[in-house]
Amino acid sequence: MINQSLATLSQMLAEKQVSSVELTQTFLDRIDTLNPDINAYIALDQDKTLAQAQAADARIAAGNALPLTGIPIAQKDIFCAKGWQTTCGSKMLENFIAPYDAHVISQFDAVGAVNLGKTNMDEFAMGSSNETSYFGGVKNPWDLTRVPGGSSGGSAAAVAARLCAAATGTDTGGSIRQPASLCGFTGLKPTYGVVSRYGMIAFASSLDQAGPMAKSAEDCALMMNVMAGFDERDSTSLNRKKEDYSRYLNQPVSGLPLAGLKIGLPKEYFAEGLDAAVAKVVMDAVAEYKKLGAEVIEISLPNTGLSIPVYYVLAPAEASSNLSRYDGVRYGHRADQYADLMEMYCKSRAEGFGAEVKRRILIGTYVLSAGYYDAYYLKAQQIRRLIAQDFVEAFKRCDVIVGPAAPSTAFKAGEKVDDPVAMYLQDIYTISTNLAGLPGMSVPAGFAQANDGVPLPVGLQIIGNYFDEARMLNVAHQYQRVTDWHTRMPDLTAIEGVA
Amino acid sequence: MALSTDDIKKIAHLARIEVSDDEAQATLAKLTGIMGLIEQMQAVDTQGIAPMSHSQDVVQRLRDDVVNKTNQREAFQQIAPVLGNGSAERAVDHGLYLVPKVIE
Repeated sequence: MINQSLATLSQMLAEKQVSSVELTQTFLDRIDTLNPDINAYIALDQDKTLAQAQAADARIAAGNALPLTGIPIAQKDIFCAKGWQTTCGSKMLENFIAPYDAHVISQFDAVGAVNLGKTNMDEFAMGSSNETSYFGGVKNPWDLTRVPGGSSGGSAAAVAARLCAAATGTDTGGSIRQPASLCGFTGLKPTYGVVSRYGMIAFASSLDQAGPMAKSAEDCALMMNVMAGFDERDSTSLNRKKEDYSRYLNQPVSGLPLAGLKIGLPKEYFAEGLDAAVAKVVMDAVAEYKKLGAEVIEISLPNTGLSIPVYYVLAPAEASSNLSRYDGVRYGHRADQYADLMEMYCKSRAEGFGAEVKRRILIGTYVLSAGYYDAYYLKAQQIRRLIAQDFVEAFKRCDVIVGPAAPSTAFKAGEKVDDPVAMYLQDIYTISTNLAGLPGMSVPAGFAQANDGVPLPVGLQIIGNYFDEARMLNVAHQYQRVTDWHTRMPDLTAIEGVA
Repeated sequence: MALSTDDIKKIAHLARIEVSDDEAQATLAKLTGIMGLIEQMQAVDTQGIAPMSHSQDVVQRLRDDVVNKTNQREAFQQIAPVLGNGSAERAVDHGLYLVPKVIE
């Protein structure tokens, strides 16, 4: 049951083969067994979760079910959920019980989905390995000595280990796609502005975007149908017509399913820095796409290398401003001992934030300070336009862009934790789409052997033009119809015990 | 330009984060590496390029000037931080938040 698609689970619920309470309990039991080792969840609340499942069963019985009614979903701990501990992976918010729901949470509530719990993450979504979480690192279910990626590492491990039917994530520089690649499942970062950021704890507001993390493109499409949509409470939410993200899937085709599709391969994504074994898996997937009828051309995104320096000016600058709200006055951590207001601020923030968050606040403060603004912040914004322009040019020649989602497979816990620059390079292929505001996804494309012989998942990245998510999902779906990488599950019998 | 520990302390003060001498030293090494990465930008000629602050070219929406939020003071004050300095009470009193004296 745990490996079924959302559509199948929905059908099983509709046909009363299983109730939402039974389905939810199955996942809760599995979490009980596996979470102590994997650490995917920060907060669980069985009573709240099962009450939602009961309500879903009543709704199904009354004949008012929607596609995700009764389906247990894991929520990244960046989303405020009323009455739930909402920490964003930080000591600063350790005791924060959200007084209201994020838009994403209320969208899932409205369709009767079940909130299974809040998933672990890098502190304030700043990290690529989930090791900056105040609540401890998350283990990669494919190899417990490795990281799941980040920042949505808890959601990633939960999807990979089948500790939920699907999960939510957020992606500021790759935080959905890089963990999707490292944990072997399908994750989508939509076009900026498609999913409301209301109640989603802010990191870098011009880049942050929520999206689905699930087993397949088909599942991601069903999740998008719930998550996407206009919300006037987010000033950057785009007022567009509601769309069905599943609409291109399973359409009858005559001839090859992707005939006429033009795929661009950016030569910069295959240059120095890409693991050879990862490159091979990606090129095998490209060969599969040719068989499906796609035409493959080489393109260039010449400013790719600059995306990391630009991001590490803009994201910390926005973060230093956003995180100034944590002052210990109205909520969040306040220092235990302080003499005056200044000391209360400085000690509360010193104690509440972890090392990586502090580093980024300091960088942001520095690049925005008088005398440095033009040299760093303004310069980065100018180069951001050059990066976005690269994509505009590329999409004149192709329909989607394909390449690796991350330069390597999952690395060992502790390996990069003391070297921020090495960690930042993990997002070399994902950051530029956030800067441009474009949608991107990672799709399981196979396995590459690590140097210790362990086979680890590799993700294929698909980047689309603005608002082209439905087509991207179909491009991924057609690949998933002829491959079975997305159905592979890690072997967890060692910690599960005998079933 | 090369950062010093004094710079780190100055920036940390602007950001209202207390740092010890040891922390400033450790932070200096890491920030120097990150700033080295950022310096790659200086090689790019950006003359005449309009800065891009946002990916969507949209104007700020306006809403009708009507009340659309209700007072939730009690709910919000239930999550106020603990006062500290020996008190385990929440830092609220009669609907106000308690902070050290600001004006002498």
